[in-house]
Amino acid sequence: MYTDLFLNAIASGILLGGFYAAVTVGLGIAFGMLDVGNLAHPAFVILGSFCVYILNQRFGVDPILAALIMTPFFFVLGAAIYQVYYLCFERRGEEGLRGLAFFFGILFITEVALILGFGVDYRFVEAPYIGPTLHIGSVDLALRTLVPFLISLVMIGGLHLFLSKTYIGRAILAVSQDSLALRLMSIRPYRVKLIAFAISIATASLAGAFLIIIQPVEPSIGRDYIGRIFAIVVLGGLGSFPGMILAAFLLGVAENLTATFYGPSWSPAVAFGLLLLTLAFRPAGILGRRA
Amino acid sequence: MTDALLTVAGLGKRFGGFVALDGIDFHVQPGERVGLIGPNGSGKSTLVNCISGNLRNETGTVHFNGGPLDGLPAYQRTRLGLARSFQLPKPFRSLSVAENLCIPLHYAVNARHGVHLSAAQIDERCEELLRMVALDGKAKARPRDLTQIEMRKLELARAMAAAPKLLIADEAMAGLSHSEVDDIITLLLKLNESGIAVILIEHIMRAVMSFSQRLVVLVAGRKIADGMPQDVVQTPEVLRAYLGE
Amino acid sequence: MKNLTFWSLTALFVVIVFAASRLVTNDYFFFAGYVVLQYIVLATAWNVLGGYTGYINFGTSGFFAIGAYSSVVLHKLWGPPIPVLILIGGVLAGAVGLGMGGLTLRLKGVYFAIGTLALAVVAQTLVTNWDFVGGSRGVYIIRPGSVPLLGSYIHYLFLIMLILAGIAVAIARTIEHSTLGFGLAAIRDDEQAAEAAGVPTLKLKLISTTLSGALMGMAGAPLPYYVTYLDPASGFNLTYAVNAIAMPLIGGTTSWLGPVLGAIFLGTIQQAATVTISSSLNLLFVGVLLVLFVVIAPNGLIGLYKPRRRVGAAT
Repeated sequence: MYTDLFLNAIASGILLGGFYAAVTVGLGIAFGMLDVGNLAHPAFVILGSFCVYILNQRFGVDPILAALIMTPFFFVLGAAIYQVYYLCFERRGEEGLRGLAFFFGILFITEVALILGFGVDYRFVEAPYIGPTLHIGSVDLALRTLVPFLISLVMIGGLHLFLSKTYIGRAILAVSQDSLALRLMSIRPYRVKLIAFAISIATASLAGAFLIIIQPVEPSIGRDYIGRIFAIVVLGGLGSFPGMILAAFLLGVAENLTATFYGPSWSPAVAFGLLLLTLAFRPAGILGRRA
Repeated sequence: MTDALLTVAGLGKRFGGFVALDGIDFHVQPGERVGLIGPNGSGKSTLVNCISGNLRNETGTVHFNGGPLDGLPAYQRTRLGLARSFQLPKPFRSLSVAENLCIPLHYAVNARHGVHLSAAQIDERCEELLRMVALDGKAKARPRDLTQIEMRKLELARAMAAAPKLLIADEAMAGLSHSEVDDIITLLLKLNESGIAVILIEHIMRAVMSFSQRLVVLVAGRKIADGMPQDVVQTPEVLRAYLGE
Repeated sequence: MKNLTFWSLTALFVVIVFAASRLVTNDYFFFAGYVVLQYIVLATAWNVLGGYTGYINFGTSGFFAIGAYSSVVLHKLWGPPIPVLILIGGVLAGAVGLGMGGLTLRLKGVYFAIGTLALAVVAQTLVTNWDFVGGSRGVYIIRPGSVPLLGSYIHYLFLIMLILAGIAVAIARTIEHSTLGFGLAAIRDDEQAAEAAGVPTLKLKLISTTLSGALMGMAGAPLPYYVTYLDPASGFNLTYAVNAIAMPLIGGTTSWLGPVLGAIFLGTIQQAATVTISSSLNLLFVGVLLVLFVVIAPNGLIGLYKPRRRVGAAT
């Protein structure tokens, strides 16, 4: 029975990790590659959840489909936010303190706006894959975690291909390493970063759908995720996609094991504890370049 | 070689897979004027950063004034007498020009064993330095109000304020006019007269040639020449590096 | 103005304010005033690390709650007077600041900031799982009825916080005009250049973090007696973290006056607002103000009035 519990914890931990990877990939791009400390990323994910909620509950649209429909809007939103950030902070060279405070403020504004619009009740969506469970031997895989996991892998795989194969994608990778060289190739780093940041917010739409499929959502849940996604980005190593995915799985499994054997009230500490340890002992992360 | 002021032996530094410095050996005698040149990306700034402690070298050692520097943080190296200026001036923007100079006076000079400068003495030294670089009229100005050359002078003055035995001037003249370059050279020569060794890193050849007693050439992380300036510029390796095959 | 003069003036100001408060009959003034004074301490503490040194702390609620919960533990075990609680709360929070600084200050400022966030959550999780201090259900603290000489207990709490605010401001001002303050400004402006100029950056950053954390812990120590019911959700409330950042940024980060102005400005508005409108709208309001000020007036209220930034003359 113990082994069953253990196996299930690991299995669902991996599925959870896949979902965490989807939530983190946006920050992985913004912070890992562009050095933009977007603390507000979880708020956009929650925003995505609520958009999906509306489309699902009012119009009966499938959550994943709803997220895909919303993705272009989130892309535009991301572009707009980066414009403001760039004009007010990056250009003045004051990214550090004030940039972070800016996103901190956005985090709040978004959360509270959602509370004012939707109240503090938990919201959920309906879809045919929320409910049934797949049984493989003694391991139970809930479809509502399995489906996001699979689609998340597709999304991240797609992003990875985009970054390594397309012209713009490679420009994004380049700007994260050496924006001066990029300028010498007469590509404006600003344009590239704008697109990259817009993409990072666009991922929040799909991540939001995953979130509300997996669990009911209320506006302040975003705060639980700040630590998780930063922990994953730092643990995985800035700028490393494979590292990020590996770290996401590790965190998912670690949290699940903790919840199963020690109780769910200890779970928040796992992510943040891991983060502190990583910062203290191996700030470059598992697979990252120098911090 | 044993009584050299600065001895760098087998210094190596990589960034991931990229080898920036590959076993550099060189030395500087007390009071010497050494020029360090090389094409862009040859590792000059990396070398400076490793010597000054801003970067950690993976292999090799650095000895200064009879003691090893390895493992010491940058601020301690400055206190031991090794000062550097930055390629792109990095002034303290919220402080006045005079206050910029007070920082090393308080933290580098006044922190040394047996040194106890009073506030009045610090102010005096600050004024002296400002006069030396002809910035005494701008003591209360902010760095953002300075011209290009004034910024560079402030940058050098700040390194000088630490009362070093060795000053590393990293491309202190980039973007300056002909006469401005002469100003800086005069300043560095005056400094050298009082016994301070200077490593001059530059691309402006006439400055390097007229200033240096010895010339070191770095190409792709390796030292390819080290000797009298007139001899060095004639060696085939150096010519090849600068003019191609 | 010499430091001694400033400390004397601050002490005088404290006495005057306290004397004036004796004329007020409505107890509500003391309850609201306590909160504003508490924010003066928190904002000033935050600014020592944030404004003077340039390292942003998102985990104010963590340090603050360490002070509050250490008081809970001591109250249950022993019941010492509040000044003792403040001292111990300060030492503990300062020690945590030192430890955390040691772990994260060698890295870029952004990692320190994230680390502070992590600290707050870890601390909250630990407290939530600790039954001795009530866990997630919270704990009740009996507030003594009255105090000799002063009258009702809330007057006593008000006085304590007033004195603490005076001390915090005087400490901040002393640092600002000292060699330490110069060093911190150099670190804030350009850490690499500061190192090259002989500033022991790690040591100074640790001093700043420890002092900042200690002051926050001191501000939190009397909290259990003020609220009489304390649970992790309120002790670690994000409002403390947001306000501690918003107040100095709105008031101005380069001088001791900024956090004071910001705390009085934002604090009074919020006290009025919580009564009239919901607390969520309160948070929204602070968030919007924060973003607006950060974008439009980076030097805060002080900057709007006096465009030149000054760090103070050499001693």
